[in-house]
Amino acid sequence: MMFFSARLFSARLLATLLALALPAQALAFTAYVSNEKGNSISIIDTEKLAVTKTVPVGQRPRGIALSKDGAELFICAGDDDTIQILDTKTLQIIGDLPSGADPELLILSPDGKLLYTSNENDNLVTVIDVARRKTVTEIPVGVEPEGMALSPDGKILVNTSETTNMAHLIDTETRKIIANILVDARPRSAQFTPDGSELWVSAEVGGTVSVIDPVRHVVKQKINFEIPGLVKEAIQPVGIRFTEDGSKAFVALGPANRVAVIDVKTKQIDKYLLVGQRVWQLAFTPDGKYLYTTNGVSNDVSVIDVATLKVIKSIAVGSFPWGVTIAK
Amino acid sequence: MRLKSFSANAAMICKGAILAIIALALMIPAASADPLPIKAGFIRLPHSRETISILDIPAEDDGIAGARLATEDNNTTGRFLDQTYTIEDRRLKEGEDPLTALNGFANEGISFILADLPAPDLLKLADAARDKNILLFNTSAPEDSLREEDCRANVFHIAPSTSMLTDGLAQYLVWKQWKRWFLIQGSHPQDKLLGDADRRSAKKFGARIVGERIYEDTGGGRRSDSGSVQTQRLIPVATQNAPDYDVLIAADASEVFGGYLPYRTWDARPVAGSAGLKPISWDGSHEQWGAIQLQNRFVKLAHRRMNDRDNQAWVAMRMIGEAASRTNSNDPKVIRAYLAGPDFSIAAFKGERQTLRSWNLQLRQPILLGDGRMIVSVSPQEGFLHQTSVLDTLGFDKPETKCKLQ
Repeated sequence: MMFFSARLFSARLLATLLALALPAQALAFTAYVSNEKGNSISIIDTEKLAVTKTVPVGQRPRGIALSKDGAELFICAGDDDTIQILDTKTLQIIGDLPSGADPELLILSPDGKLLYTSNENDNLVTVIDVARRKTVTEIPVGVEPEGMALSPDGKILVNTSETTNMAHLIDTETRKIIANILVDARPRSAQFTPDGSELWVSAEVGGTVSVIDPVRHVVKQKINFEIPGLVKEAIQPVGIRFTEDGSKAFVALGPANRVAVIDVKTKQIDKYLLVGQRVWQLAFTPDGKYLYTTNGVSNDVSVIDVATLKVIKSIAVGSFPWGVTIAK
Repeated sequence: MRLKSFSANAAMICKGAILAIIALALMIPAASADPLPIKAGFIRLPHSRETISILDIPAEDDGIAGARLATEDNNTTGRFLDQTYTIEDRRLKEGEDPLTALNGFANEGISFILADLPAPDLLKLADAARDKNILLFNTSAPEDSLREEDCRANVFHIAPSTSMLTDGLAQYLVWKQWKRWFLIQGSHPQDKLLGDADRRSAKKFGARIVGERIYEDTGGGRRSDSGSVQTQRLIPVATQNAPDYDVLIAADASEVFGGYLPYRTWDARPVAGSAGLKPISWDGSHEQWGAIQLQNRFVKLAHRRMNDRDNQAWVAMRMIGEAASRTNSNDPKVIRAYLAGPDFSIAAFKGERQTLRSWNLQLRQPILLGDGRMIVSVSPQEGFLHQTSVLDTLGFDKPETKCKLQ
């Protein structure tokens, strides 16, 4: 344990030194981080690499998403059974969306008009009209719906259900399930490659990422992770993000405290980056240069330089950081 | 109309094709109208209502409620796979032969049986079920003997063994540097098994038993209007003149005295084991790793909190669902092969995948340490290492097993 924390410390020290050595080239974007236990949103200036403000919000905030114009932040406040709307200018809560019980994750339709959210307690995906603040429909899915993804053309919505162990593919026009694909235990995140040719689903307890053919509806490959010195039970894939060119994937590995960097073409793991404890969700800065990771147990956010694949900074945030999204 | 312009031959081919299409069309609805049934039964002998705390008196649906919830969960998944799950409840009376229940289920075509039974009854069922293509899931009996010298190839153990529980506790106490144990053991045979497991765990992880006492069960009930007055005087005397110790370990499998120990010992020392800090597979207060979702679903269904037996039944039924959904089969042989094989793992809200020990069909699992209000810690503790799975630091390991599955 001592050895481990010493290593973590030196990694942090190195990261800090590196950060100091680097010229201040990052553009000023705003990162929003939901703190699950802190009941707050930490707001980070990506140029200063520092928290500029902490906004108290509803109970157990997890999934967050920005409106298309960036003027509003939608926050799943699970224990309040609502989605709160935060005005990103005034940082005031200006309203709620009818989310259904215990909303956990959400995703905005490409035109920005609809929000899709997963209701963990009711085995439903709820479709919400953002402008009218009304529920459009509810789609029954498997037990404990969690991850949400949209195909790049917006035609297929994907929901993962943690206890059913499936990725449910939903036609966004008919709002009917078109395929149910079994993956490994406790699927958490789903993400399409930028060209839409593959759907990746992480299985937290199974310890794998399933690569799904979204046309034939089959798992065509499974990605396994092996980290020397770590038991396989500690490797728990959660958040997935692809670089804009679709060449690299970043997968958060939970209590393995690492982010895997994967070559999308070969599915080979290029590197494991040591970040904070229980790394959870990921978001790129809009210029694609940096990747932010929420680290639930160490109460911080790690910043990864995408070009050099180095962790350049840890930023302390609120208690149990969970979701992250970054505005222009 | 269009057929008329075709030659007779072509028309005949067309007819054939149409017939084939009709046949296909008939087949498809027939298949979807008959989903694959996965039938389970639950045989239980209700646990004693003689508990020290009234909070622990088992509910009418103790155990079975967990299986019912998992049946609902399995059916939600089953909707997408054309599978239906059912669970039937059979409650035995004291002294009733469990074989009657087994045979009844067998006649109904029920091939997956969850057993919440004492060890001798479970063994009796296992031996009777051997030629019946039936699988048994032990959801409550903790005896190590069931996983060792008396193991059976048709019994999966979902409940952790006594040694897994005492090892889970020992790891934490050693991590805490509370290594000097004062052991008070009850006078029943089950208490001796528990005390033996405590002694073995102490030796395994480097704790020392500095003193031992037997607490005689002199009979009588647990309820009285002035109970606390007597126990307040009784327990200090029963624990005085002990050698220097860090923690008092209670081995009380029958709820005779354990619950009376905390806060009443002669020396100001914490209590663990059967009271105080208890090693358990599950507790109504456990909420980490998404467990809150399962807890919420359970409260909604049963209107009470989920205990360890409820949870073990939930896991058993989910294992059946997991195997049936992966293999698309309700054949016990196929299900057994999947569960005992390398591909099986189950997510059961304790932070990591749970798998089966292939040598005795025991479910590997973390052990929670709780005081009845909160989860204090979860074992295995950091630093206890193992070459294959750290979960195998809990309980008898493969090299020492006496089990020969048959």
